[in-house]
Amino acid sequence: MLGEYLPLFFLGVIVFGLIAVMLFLVRLLQPKRRSETDLEPYESGTTPTSFARTRFSVKFFIIAIIFIIFDIEVVFMYPWAVVFKELLNIGTFIFIEMLTFLGILVVGLIYVWKMGALEWD
Amino acid sequence: MLTDIAIIITKIMIVIGGTFTAVAYLILAERKVAGFVQERYGPNRVGIWGLLQPIADGVKTMLKEDITPAKANRIIYHLAPAMVLAPALVTFAVVPFGSGIDAFGRHIAFQIADINIGILFIFAITSIGVYGVVLGGWSSNNKYSLLGGVRSSAQMISYELALGLSVVGILLLTGSLRLNDIVEAQIGMWNVFRQPVAFMIFLVAVFAETNRLPFDLAESEQELIAGYHIEYSGFKYSMFMLGEYSNIITASALIVTLFFGGWTVPFIDVTKLGHLGAFLSVVSFAVKTGFFLFLYLWVRWTLPRFRYDQLMHLGWKILLPLALLNLLFTAAWITYV
Amino acid sequence: MESFVFYIFAFMVVAGGWVVIYSNNLIYSAFSLLFTFVGLAGLYGLLMADFIAATQILIYAGGVLILLLFGIMLTARKTSIEITQSNLPRLPGAIISSLIFLLLMVVIFSEPNWNSATNPGVKETVPVIGKLLMTKYLIPFELASILLLAALIGSVFIARREDS
Repeated sequence: MLGEYLPLFFLGVIVFGLIAVMLFLVRLLQPKRRSETDLEPYESGTTPTSFARTRFSVKFFIIAIIFIIFDIEVVFMYPWAVVFKELLNIGTFIFIEMLTFLGILVVGLIYVWKMGALEWD
Repeated sequence: MLTDIAIIITKIMIVIGGTFTAVAYLILAERKVAGFVQERYGPNRVGIWGLLQPIADGVKTMLKEDITPAKANRIIYHLAPAMVLAPALVTFAVVPFGSGIDAFGRHIAFQIADINIGILFIFAITSIGVYGVVLGGWSSNNKYSLLGGVRSSAQMISYELALGLSVVGILLLTGSLRLNDIVEAQIGMWNVFRQPVAFMIFLVAVFAETNRLPFDLAESEQELIAGYHIEYSGFKYSMFMLGEYSNIITASALIVTLFFGGWTVPFIDVTKLGHLGAFLSVVSFAVKTGFFLFLYLWVRWTLPRFRYDQLMHLGWKILLPLALLNLLFTAAWITYV
Repeated sequence: MESFVFYIFAFMVVAGGWVVIYSNNLIYSAFSLLFTFVGLAGLYGLLMADFIAATQILIYAGGVLILLLFGIMLTARKTSIEITQSNLPRLPGAIISSLIFLLLMVVIFSEPNWNSATNPGVKETVPVIGKLLMTKYLIPFELASILLLAALIGSVFIARREDS
């Protein structure tokens, strides 16, 4: 089975090598004409007022939390989907099992929805 | 063993070279389509029909000055473009672009790696691409780029759920994560007819994942000027572009593979035609992928941009429940019908 | 060949972990954690657990670490140029980590023949995992979903309360 992954390993090495070589070559080619104003942040022509890394809305953070939890549930669904037809020959229990799992997921979604964590205003 | 490695390296070179060429001409096609939509010519000076324009552009970006803003976080600022480009080049590896041929006494599949986890590999690698965007935006020390990076990363993770869930319907039908199995299961009947709802969800989510209009909130010109790569110039800027357009190509190829029969040709069994069949399968794959690439450009010059709250609303409150319903319906259909 | 690849991934994990601990800049710590996660995924792949490897990248690198980055960026003070961390008390840390190390060693060496496991010869891992989840490990599987539900409700509840 590891043989299946050999090409991916080669690909990874080649891609990183390629990027490194390109960056190196471009470094030799590019001109160096630097002035102080070149290095200032671009703010549509006005002088930058304050440091850029300000705080942003906590909603992005909440979205990331919700994402992780649903992402885990989605990953759980993949092996289930792959064996679904095969196990259906034994009985419909596999459908019921996933219905339970999905049901719990939906409860979570409804809760998040009702709490307004998905609202953007 | 040595022949095997030579074959692997050749395939990798073909795919990477093909991706770079396709990206170059996709950008030209985009400008040509834009010209056509807006009733002007588009690039037409460099070479006939502007066909040498990509080469001129490539040389130009390499010769441009590469600016690192004074207060930028240097290490991360230099790494971010590579973090976008590398995953974008790796994801195409598991997409089968043809039926394969028999040569050198073995079967050569037109696919770099046919792995057991197939589609999951693509999702995993794509999720790394978020780093380049968010870290590039953060490290530039620019207000616009920070906003662009944060927006874009939240958008990408939101639509990843709908994307992942819409594929489960296909997995239920196919019973394998290998993309080649998914293609072969579509001989005679494309998945788009079996899973139309999943196709719609997948299409929309993939547009959002690649940050294209109508979902290009990351670089909405009127508000953020260029978004997360605003401070990048020269070759690092074109690395972002290369990554973005490679992602578009992989996304189109993925749509074709999952929903439009991949390399299969309607009404012809290419696997029985030998080398001619292999050639036909590659052409079929390329034509279908080309159509979706054109769709990308068409949509870009037709639809206006979403507002951020509309974007989140669509992703979480429409696509996610719809994907769950589709999944439930498919499972129930297989069980009881 | 295999051991060569192993050392590459192992180096990624260890070097990434080293930077996470010893970097004074939190963003560097978070960024090098990415290399640790990817290296770990590579090690899982070498152990022929490819599904786990993909999950590792998808959830840890694609989810948890993004959350960490958002967290670091959210707490950035307006005035500071770099977000820094001063290292924590070393003695308690050393004691705790050596205890964990000891525990791991006990578990590893109390298991006989742990290093002689042969290639199980499984070609398709995902269906095997699916079948086991649906039959033998059904209860943990369903319990996991309840755990996730609890985590979801808890996190959103806390976040909302802080908000208002």
